[in-house]
Amino acid sequence: MARIIGGIATSHIPAIGKAIAQGTQQQPYWKAFFDGYHPVHAWLEEEQPDVAVVIYNDHGLNFFLDKMPTFAVGAAAEYHNADEGWGLPVSSPFAGYPAMSWHLIESLIHDEFDITTCQEMLVDHAFVVPMKLLWPDGRVIPAIPIAINTVQFPLPSPARCFKFGKAIGRAIESFDEDLRVVVIGSGGLSHQLDGERAGFINRKFDVSCLDQIVNDADALSRMSVAELVLMAGVQGVELLNWLVMRGALTGSVFEKHRNYHVPISNTAAAVMILENDTAVAV
Amino acid sequence: MATLASTEPVERRRSLQDDYDRIPGTIVFDGRAAMKGYALNKMCYSFNSRENREAYRLNEDAYCDTYHITAEQRLALKHRNVTELIKAGGNMYYLAKWAGIFGMTVQQLGAQQRGITEEAFKEMLLRAGDE
Repeated sequence: MARIIGGIATSHIPAIGKAIAQGTQQQPYWKAFFDGYHPVHAWLEEEQPDVAVVIYNDHGLNFFLDKMPTFAVGAAAEYHNADEGWGLPVSSPFAGYPAMSWHLIESLIHDEFDITTCQEMLVDHAFVVPMKLLWPDGRVIPAIPIAINTVQFPLPSPARCFKFGKAIGRAIESFDEDLRVVVIGSGGLSHQLDGERAGFINRKFDVSCLDQIVNDADALSRMSVAELVLMAGVQGVELLNWLVMRGALTGSVFEKHRNYHVPISNTAAAVMILENDTAVAV
Repeated sequence: MATLASTEPVERRRSLQDDYDRIPGTIVFDGRAAMKGYALNKMCYSFNSRENREAYRLNEDAYCDTYHITAEQRLALKHRNVTELIKAGGNMYYLAKWAGIFGMTVQQLGAQQRGITEEAFKEMLLRAGDE
């Protein structure tokens, strides 16, 4: 059976992708941010996961408002990146794992999560930047992208996202191949690009989120979407991706690493490793 | 009770809209915004393609014609006014693609919406990191 070894939460700001493309990781603006990924590289080297399930949000590359799925699961053999319009270099494609995708899809629908299946799916910076941050040498493992709608309100509630994560966890751990799986939650933390409140960052809320995602995810999942926008900013709702990731893990987890850095571009950036508690059944 | 049951979803929607509207300096992109901004957002979505960005750059008015952009939205586009575009139903993710045509950064867009200089906006972000 497949086994989830843990989860990684990471920001996905496009400027990070530009810094990687330009090789400016050691410049003063970037150093403290990129140094926060060294423990993540060491952990991945040690744990050697076989597959990544990446929970992310599309920003208008694959999905437009004409048809906007709340939850969408990739089922492609290969995922392509493409031009997003504002100058980020296009990445080479990423390998998928269709057999596992279809197992997830069947298990999720059985669990009454009526997701959209995508046999073709362009992946934007919210998928690509975490992959480049986590595997900087390009030795990327096969991945299954799962997209959460954070564009068109109403968004799925934090409670629903947490439950969706639990269903994903059950689906992964019932896949009959001996695989080590890492679940990645992309995005966050607090930031807002639009409105008179553009530039909003809420350090106090972020720090409490980082604590609660470890020890009290139930409390986070009781927030409403409006409260989340109020506390984390409009684009800070990407915390929903973190909650899905957290839901896929065991009830208690071990916080292996965290780094919080403000600002990267307009955003409070964060990275975190959560190890599954192997003593506890899912 | 029947009356109460039939009006409940409407009440819930209104109360949700009230919650959104109480968030300071923010227009939540809900159904109200989606109805106003569909054509505008569709045009901005087309700017994922370099060819389309070039076509817009060459003749903004002709490009707007093909997407039936309203007079109000055209004026805001012409003035590069993001605040007005959002009031007219624009969504930031799509508007960012439009802003990319002119090389406008998210700091410049943020500063414009706050009504402060880009330097002051960047300074504000740096201060947000201080405990």
